[in-house]
Amino acid sequence: MKKGTLKQILLITDGCSNKGEDPAAVAAIANQQGITVNVIGVLDDKQVEDVDGLQEVEDIALSGGGVSQIVYRESLSQTVQMVTKQAMTQTIQGFVNKELKQILGSSQSLEDVEPEKRGEIMEVVEDLGETSDLEVVVLVDTSASMHEKLPTVKESLIDLSISLNSRIGKNRFCIFSFPGKRKDIQKILDWSPQLNSISEVFPKLTSGGITPTGPALREAMYQFGKKSLLRSLRNEDESDVEETGY
Amino acid sequence: MKMNQTWKKQDIDFKPGTLITGKWHNKQYLIKQKLGEGAIGTVYLCETEGKLAALKISEKGTSMTVEVNVLKSLQQVQGRRLGPYLLDVDDWKSPYGTSFSFYVMEYLKGEPMSHFIKKHGSVWIGVFLLQLLEDLEELHRSGWVFGDLKLDNLMVLSSPKRVRWVDVGGTTQQGRAIKEYTEFYDRGYWGLGTRKAEPSYDLFALAMVFLNIYYPKRFERVAQSEKLLFKKLDNVKALEPYRQPLKKAIAGKYQTSDEMKSDVTKLLYQAQNKSRLKKRSKQQNSNIPFYLEIGGISFVALGYYLISLLI
Repeated sequence: MKKGTLKQILLITDGCSNKGEDPAAVAAIANQQGITVNVIGVLDDKQVEDVDGLQEVEDIALSGGGVSQIVYRESLSQTVQMVTKQAMTQTIQGFVNKELKQILGSSQSLEDVEPEKRGEIMEVVEDLGETSDLEVVVLVDTSASMHEKLPTVKESLIDLSISLNSRIGKNRFCIFSFPGKRKDIQKILDWSPQLNSISEVFPKLTSGGITPTGPALREAMYQFGKKSLLRSLRNEDESDVEETGY
Repeated sequence: MKMNQTWKKQDIDFKPGTLITGKWHNKQYLIKQKLGEGAIGTVYLCETEGKLAALKISEKGTSMTVEVNVLKSLQQVQGRRLGPYLLDVDDWKSPYGTSFSFYVMEYLKGEPMSHFIKKHGSVWIGVFLLQLLEDLEELHRSGWVFGDLKLDNLMVLSSPKRVRWVDVGGTTQQGRAIKEYTEFYDRGYWGLGTRKAEPSYDLFALAMVFLNIYYPKRFERVAQSEKLLFKKLDNVKALEPYRQPLKKAIAGKYQTSDEMKSDVTKLLYQAQNKSRLKKRSKQQNSNIPFYLEIGGISFVALGYYLISLLI
């Protein structure tokens, strides 16, 4: 069986969008393109729950077919990994469930299978999660209120790459921040298998006042297309080292 | 499965006396008391067919299935019993219609290792260290890595005193990414290695287990973590005999638990031998009066003999 590449957008934010289109709608479009949108809402220790912001975090993930979680700053590292891995499992499980329905009939899902069989199915899901290739566009909100949280965000992203690079499957990350200087988003790191190099770039981020979450998500969505276009061009005149993989 | 359920989750909080009936196998379990709560699910002490057992229940069906898979494969490891024995796997439907997964395993009654060592002294450190290394060796040989090895997961069972791990949820096949971990025990967190499931990952965590006994509040990472960990280790008097192998484990110098075990065994043997030699030399000291006495007696005897010759 050929193992596909899982595509994810990971949005790290602390509040409500206030410019451009509805981020939940953009997330729904992304999901239709086979991209999963995960959202992590970061709270301050002092911050009283901002109900509107929290609701948006959940809505974006729901329509993006992904996972959402709201955390305090200290537990960000663990959460970033949990969310990413859980979303992978969820996506793969979605595929497997679809296949199961074709075999078992439309009313059946994993929960209607007896525990013994379920175990065997989960083994397949785990196996796919370990070996599939993964591409993540990380989208970091750098609006003013996020400023103090950025060092933690940086650490947790490095940590994420340690975790994911311990898998058998290959990984690629790229990082964008929003709002950008002139555009909606600004590239921090181009597609790369490691995130160690972000240490230098991260402190230079400036924070702005607006939060254009919707437009930023749309831009992030296009990054997947761009890369595959570039790669297909490159592959025409080069032997495809990437595909054979070492 | 949504993670945001942690925010609005329906807590499963069974009162003692609740009866749980499995959906598939129809077995009944009478809840006795809550034993503990983790990231995935709650563990209860329960009674079934007149016997005590531990029941873990959670609404995270997939994570539970993964744990059950691990328990099942550990059961196939021959000889030593590495995890708790699995008795039943089933689903339970709450009166409100929500479906929960649960599994039932043997109830291991014991004392947390940290309590035990505090109560009975640091002599037991060497014993438990060796026991854990033996178990790890067995586990690694069968292709697994424990992953989430931590102090809270270690219990000392009485008669004979044996340390056993109680939660095997993080156990991962070798070569894959560690499934579950706790930062303090994770070499990735300290910047001292990957999160790939390999024997040396467990050995690092094992060293941290013994540090955690003496630093119950734990501590945080710094830029040069290895130095910090070594310093913390040097500051604990009780760990002095094992300093060298523990440091090697932290630095990732052991490829297998067998290598570490033989180092620890050697050290233990040397330490015992030293104390034995000390005792023996003490005994020799106490022999001196005895020789003096013998000398004195023979001197007197010689005197009498000489006198008898003269007469």
